[in-house]
Amino acid sequence: MANKVAESISREEFFYGHKACAGCGGSLAVRAALKVLGPKAVSVLPAGCMSAVGFNFPQLCFSNNSIISTFAGTASMLTGVEAGLRARGYKDFTAVGFAGDGGTADIGIQALSGAIDRNDNIIYICYDNEAYMNTGIQKSGLTPFGAKTTTTPAGANIHGNIRPKKNMFEIAAAHDIPYAATASVGYIYDFIQKVQKASQIQGTKYIHVIAPCPTGWGVAPDATVDIAKEVVDCGLWYLAEYENGTFRLNHKPKEFTDVTSYLKKQGRFRHLTDEDIQVITASRDKKWEYINKNFEL
Amino acid sequence: MSRKFLSGNEAFAEGIRLARPQVISAYPITPQTIVVERLSEMVEDGSLSAEYVHVESEHSALSCAIGASAAGARAFTATSSQGLLYMAECLYYAAGGRFPIVMMNADRSTALPWNIYGDQRDSLSQLDSGWIQSYAENAQEALDLALMSYKIAEDKRVQTPYMANLDGFVLTHTYETVDIPTHEQADSFLPPYETDNRIDFETPKNMAFSAGPDTNFIFKYKEHKGLLAAAEVVKEVEADFARIFGRHYTGLTENYLTDDAEYIIVTLGSIAGLCRETADKLREQGVKAGVVRIRYMRPFPNEEIADVLRNAKAYAVLEKDISFGNEGTVFTNVNSALKKAGIDVKGCNFIGGLGGKNISAGDIENIYTSIAKGTESVNFIGIGGGGNGK
Amino acid sequence: MRPYVREKTGFTFDEVPENTSFEAGYLTTVNSGWRSIRPVIDTAKCVGCEQCYLYCPDGVISINDGKAVIDYDFCKGCGICAKICKIGAIEMEAERK
Repeated sequence: MANKVAESISREEFFYGHKACAGCGGSLAVRAALKVLGPKAVSVLPAGCMSAVGFNFPQLCFSNNSIISTFAGTASMLTGVEAGLRARGYKDFTAVGFAGDGGTADIGIQALSGAIDRNDNIIYICYDNEAYMNTGIQKSGLTPFGAKTTTTPAGANIHGNIRPKKNMFEIAAAHDIPYAATASVGYIYDFIQKVQKASQIQGTKYIHVIAPCPTGWGVAPDATVDIAKEVVDCGLWYLAEYENGTFRLNHKPKEFTDVTSYLKKQGRFRHLTDEDIQVITASRDKKWEYINKNFEL
Repeated sequence: MSRKFLSGNEAFAEGIRLARPQVISAYPITPQTIVVERLSEMVEDGSLSAEYVHVESEHSALSCAIGASAAGARAFTATSSQGLLYMAECLYYAAGGRFPIVMMNADRSTALPWNIYGDQRDSLSQLDSGWIQSYAENAQEALDLALMSYKIAEDKRVQTPYMANLDGFVLTHTYETVDIPTHEQADSFLPPYETDNRIDFETPKNMAFSAGPDTNFIFKYKEHKGLLAAAEVVKEVEADFARIFGRHYTGLTENYLTDDAEYIIVTLGSIAGLCRETADKLREQGVKAGVVRIRYMRPFPNEEIADVLRNAKAYAVLEKDISFGNEGTVFTNVNSALKKAGIDVKGCNFIGGLGGKNISAGDIENIYTSIAKGTESVNFIGIGGGGNGK
Repeated sequence: MRPYVREKTGFTFDEVPENTSFEAGYLTTVNSGWRSIRPVIDTAKCVGCEQCYLYCPDGVISINDGKAVIDYDFCKGCGICAKICKIGAIEMEAERK
């Protein structure tokens, strides 16, 4: 029983033996992307979960050329690596960055914006687990409204994070980037195809992949893929692309699954009141109104 | 070889052109801007073949240079003052990763209050970052250091990034006639960069990794030894340089009239010329004055300093720096060199030129007079307001 | 090609590299100790659809002769494979220590 997607990517493992938590969505994203890009991928990872679990001398878990950047410096180091290799005459390689949500939307956004502005020939993949997980689940700019983190406690006065996620996908697109996409590890085929597509495009590519953290989200390790699928199915995340000035929706749920059900199975959302959930549902509906109006199908 | 009338910045840019960097990451800051402007023109007119990257900050400038160096490319960037402080994280990163990047720093005051003029508090505050640090006196030396810097930094025994400091405005923006070597000469002096500390598709690498307590200390020790090794390599490279270009340099320090000197000013950067002129004048009056110019703050010339001050009656350290709450950092370093060598000579610190305040010949003459008769340990030149400002 | 466990795990002063670059994919420890439960493949049921292979965060599943095979040295027992398997060919069993 041939699996066409499995056949289309490398059989080799490039991220192996790492010390990520069991069921880590981020490691799945990194693993899958590297299997698409192959041995000529040069990965740049900032300080964060994936570098912390993958690069402890002498336990070095990448079989392709890989390097840790400063926390803010994923994109700028990618630029340097790409320029340096090109200056040395290499053509057949892919400079790819894997940064978390904090490394991308907060501390790394300036360098990322600079790289997109220069249209450097790199792929930047943000594995979004919606908080600073490596340091112990603190709020980032991509933590969703209502989420309890260790710096947005859920108490009687404040019910977790009071702000919605930054819209990194459209921020990247607003640079008129050659290619940007959203994805989820719950829809791995879609993610793999987007990395494949990105690898064929010249210039800067940005892929934002939802990658649940069982530890930080308060779900069982075996729930990662299901919850990553459900966030799309309930409409709180969406699978889309930006290319040639056009937004395109890749997957339109016929009808959304229950938002409450998605939220309440996660420890980080368990405290939410009905009013909080109404706020979340209303913001989802508003977002989809925008998507339906502005995104091609 | 050709001769041109160039500013310090322009001379340095010429030196970098001759060194053939493959990646240049550039972000403007006064008074460094002329360097990145000239380099962009050289790339435009084809006289320099390099990837010129317009980064969006100094942090990215050095991060990009680190990435390029990790790719095995020769990398250059330049900064000053606030920019140097903004990229500080990357300074330590580049040194810890043993990436032999060369960076020019136009020495400039740091805010607050805002000030664009030259003092050396920016670079001296980063002495612990693991970089080789040179301080040029004039435009010719600036050009020559640009060329020598890569050869020193890339040496297998060293593998350490190199910060070439030029006094802001006083050196970066003043013009003098400079000898510019030919590319043929430069190429015979400086071979292409080769390293195993790079991305390699034949034998892939994991780089810039973590190291736990069992090996971390060893990595840091080796980093230290690499920087120390630069002391010897500087001398070797200068000997090579003299052979090919005919200009001679004197290692980590440069001494003037010190053999029989009783009173010696130890200083660094462009003020050294005025110190030498003053020493000449005082010699005519029978005062045995001398000058030591520190050319490299890292590696620090402990032995050279001890040897030259050993027989003096008193010395002054004149610097455009203060480590608030203590004294000038150069003074601390000089005193440590003497202490380690068991030398007990009276020394005083003269802090001047902060925020670009002029240091006059009279100020320098006064330093010699003061140490001859004895003065306070730490003195501030020309601030007025009583006290020991003078 | 995949990272694999090497014999040499300790590094003396002279063996520690001069700079922070080293052979890629150099492993010194396994992850099997992390598991409290382990996935067990029912090869009679497995049809080699490769869903488990694609979704494994640790990449420990490969397909051999059309059947899923698990590298227990590096499986952490997260259970994603058992959940993703539509035909129930993977059961999570308690790890006996």
